[in-house]
Amino acid sequence: MIRPVRATFRTLLALALGVATLAAAPVLAQSSPPRIVIGQGVIEPMPIAVPGFIDEGGAGDYARQISNVVISDLEGTGFFRNIGEEAHISRITSFDGGIAFEDWKAINAQVLVTGAVSVAGDRITVKFRAYDVFNGTTLEGAALQFAGTTQGWRRMAHKVADVIYSKITGEGGYFDSRVVFVSESGPKNQRLKRLAVMDYDGANVAYLTDSSSIVLAPRFSPQGDRIIYTSYETGFPRITLLDVGSLARQTLEEQPGTMTFAPRFSPDGGTIVFSLERGGNTDIYALSLGGGGLRQLTNAPSIETAPSFSPDGSQIVFESDRTGTPQIYVMPAGGGEGTRISGGKGRYGTPVWSPRGDYIAFTKQNEGRFHIGVMRTDGSEERLLTASFLDEGPTWAPNGRVLMFTRETSGGGGQASLWSVDITGRNLKQIPTDGPASDPAWSPLLP
Amino acid sequence: MSLAAKSLLLIAVLGLAACNNPDRYGAGAGGAGGAGGAGGAGGIDTTGLGDPNNPTSIAYFNQTVGDRVLFAVDQSTLSPEARGILTAQANWLNQNTGYAAIIEGHADEQGTREYNLALGARRAAAVQNFLISQGVAANRLRTISYGKERPLEVCSEEACYAKNRRAVTVLSAGAGV
Repeated sequence: MIRPVRATFRTLLALALGVATLAAAPVLAQSSPPRIVIGQGVIEPMPIAVPGFIDEGGAGDYARQISNVVISDLEGTGFFRNIGEEAHISRITSFDGGIAFEDWKAINAQVLVTGAVSVAGDRITVKFRAYDVFNGTTLEGAALQFAGTTQGWRRMAHKVADVIYSKITGEGGYFDSRVVFVSESGPKNQRLKRLAVMDYDGANVAYLTDSSSIVLAPRFSPQGDRIIYTSYETGFPRITLLDVGSLARQTLEEQPGTMTFAPRFSPDGGTIVFSLERGGNTDIYALSLGGGGLRQLTNAPSIETAPSFSPDGSQIVFESDRTGTPQIYVMPAGGGEGTRISGGKGRYGTPVWSPRGDYIAFTKQNEGRFHIGVMRTDGSEERLLTASFLDEGPTWAPNGRVLMFTRETSGGGGQASLWSVDITGRNLKQIPTDGPASDPAWSPLLP
Repeated sequence: MSLAAKSLLLIAVLGLAACNNPDRYGAGAGGAGGAGGAGGAGGIDTTGLGDPNNPTSIAYFNQTVGDRVLFAVDQSTLSPEARGILTAQANWLNQNTGYAAIIEGHADEQGTREYNLALGARRAAAVQNFLISQGVAANRLRTISYGKERPLEVCSEEACYAKNRRAVTVLSAGAGV
């Protein structure tokens, strides 16, 4: 079942005091500020206006490119609709000039975002303000300045959009983030795979490995500085750790005669949990990266795999077929039998704990279809968000409100691609990639 | 033999000829797109399997004894037919002690990547255990799982899935692995 999202504008008494603003002193609010509450109500996207940012010196194309990325980020959430410049009555010609709020009210823009960009050498500075058009005020905390290198200009745009999104939804941002994934080529029976990273929206792709051996299911460390994945580089599936900065690779010490796969970091980054197969039996193990040896967390003749920590590090959700079909279980981080939480019909796999701790995302297979879904951590409130021939492997956006996953089409020409959907099932869309792609994993929000 | 099966066999030869890396789908088999593939995309080498009429050749083992067994959905239990093939494999291995084998476990595409890796390993281990029970020395056998990464047939129907749920005994010259 796919449920539509419900978002409403809700009355709030006051917004908490935010970061210092660049704006003039606000007048007393006459009505509540613009607000979207994710997961409540069905409503049209909020109309906003983001006139092209102003070049305050040397910015050239960057000014327009940055405002375009801000628009793309906000519209990409499905919660905002940008009012094109052809409909604007006023022009913004100066960042600090007065705003003719009546002109923006007349086109029904609830929020107006103005910005200015300047470049000196390879340094770029972006400042912006988001206005509550109906109250004629600056949104609290939504007037900031970011500086960085011109090479990182998209990050400046993502940061601007993250602030606006956060102020209006009350949720954390997620635009200034990266996604590691497996870039695929070649026919289905001889697929070539290599690791790649991109901005969350598919831009700025960089390749991290070549495709000389199969690589599977990469995951970011909580700091975003390392990636752990399964590689056939040694000939057998082994867990490999890659330093994102230097691209140095390190294969975890081999346990002879075993296969290791499905690794994930603990929330503090100091431990990895993974599956280890020995003699045909797969169990879950933990390894402290600082030394301390291997610890076996499950001990059963069934398949135990796909472990994922709760954000406080105290529990692990995983997949087991001990009852005959794969189902989802939760156990203490130190190991144990675990408590089954999946209760519906079908097969459940690849559980992933939300970074906010409130949901577990999973893959479900039932009656010949695959679904991405979410459930509460006790298994209640199961909600299927997608349905297709093959959807699998959800990963959480840093704010725990959006999921990305792999969708593969059927048949000999079947290809994998990356898709995202929000946790209410709304805003399902494909992430643009150069070629087929699978196994996405979201980074934390960048610093 | 189908076209797909034939090309797989040739790739296997290339892999064995190129290096000792047991991943016969890996370095050398790929070529296109790989920046640093060890083997490159050289021509296909059909030497190494030997004469299929020679009962001590790998070609004979693959074609006449049968190098693979198939499994039911989600299962790793050996069917009577599979046991027959594996008994013949064990007899052959016991007579031709100059070969070692990697047993590859595979799954069809109906399942998650992680689960299928574990399932493929279970299937490979079922074959390994059976061969050992028939007297093949354990140090001549190793297992590997490819999960759903290397289907033999590419259609998304049971006809293909049935051939993809397999364990393949891949021989190489040498007494141990």
